[in-house]
Amino acid sequence: MSDDATTEPQLYSDCAQTLQELDVFLDGELSEHQHAAIRHHLEGCMDCLGAFDFHAELKIVVAEKCNNDEMPPDLLGKIERCFGTDFDGDGTIG
Amino acid sequence: MADQATFADEAMQYAPQLYSGALRMTRNRSDAEDLVQETYLKGYRSYHTFTEGTNLRAWLFRIMTNTYINSYRAKQRRPDETELGEFEDLYLYKNLGSLQDASVGRSAEESLMELLPDDEVKRALEDLPDNFRLPVILADVEGFAYKEIADMLDIPIGTVMSRLHRGRKAMQKALHDYALERGLVAAQSAATDGNLGQDL
Repeated sequence: MSDDATTEPQLYSDCAQTLQELDVFLDGELSEHQHAAIRHHLEGCMDCLGAFDFHAELKIVVAEKCNNDEMPPDLLGKIERCFGTDFDGDGTIG
Repeated sequence: MADQATFADEAMQYAPQLYSGALRMTRNRSDAEDLVQETYLKGYRSYHTFTEGTNLRAWLFRIMTNTYINSYRAKQRRPDETELGEFEDLYLYKNLGSLQDASVGRSAEESLMELLPDDEVKRALEDLPDNFRLPVILADVEGFAYKEIADMLDIPIGTVMSRLHRGRKAMQKALHDYALERGLVAAQSAATDGNLGQDL
């Protein structure tokens, strides 16, 4: 399969091992080497690819749906007025 | 050392993100507004400790997370050690398997976007106990790295990872329950079709 198969055991050669890294892979927290090994597995494994795709897309959906709240229009003004209380006493605001 | 006079210019752009994060933490608008205001006040007062060139957004979220943990969490009096149920891995994927078959030519993302209303996704997140909710908010809504989250919550990276894993699974369970209740998916959807997820 891969060039280094003879020198070291193939990383992520089986599905269980690969799926265990699903979160960390999608969070972009694997080492370059591990990341590449997972990608290599996914290229040849439709089952795992399906699972990884699904979770990648779920992640996008969650991020989008939980981050679309409209800020109360007066909040920025309130904050800036707080700066306006001139904490540092130097006579300037902000 | 960062100059306090530039604080508003540099920091106000993050207000919408902080507000969304604050809403997911406090679960109500009035506390969220207060939390964001308090975050900016504390940020303003301690801006001289901010190292210019580092991540101001992460710095503000760290202040906000700490403020939430120290004052709002206590105020809300919710048991924060609530145990989460244990759910199987790939919960939603396995149980929504037929969703993709049923909507040929559409991606899971499009299907999920339509299937799950914004309010339900928010509720699934907000219903998580604090210990799990904070890491999920910081990772999945705000996109912070494990290391940044570990620093903000003052817990080891391994703990961040395991809480994320369990929190996400519990959210998936809640989302699936919602879809079942609404009759949006069949109860046995994935059981009979030899779906990809079955053997995983």
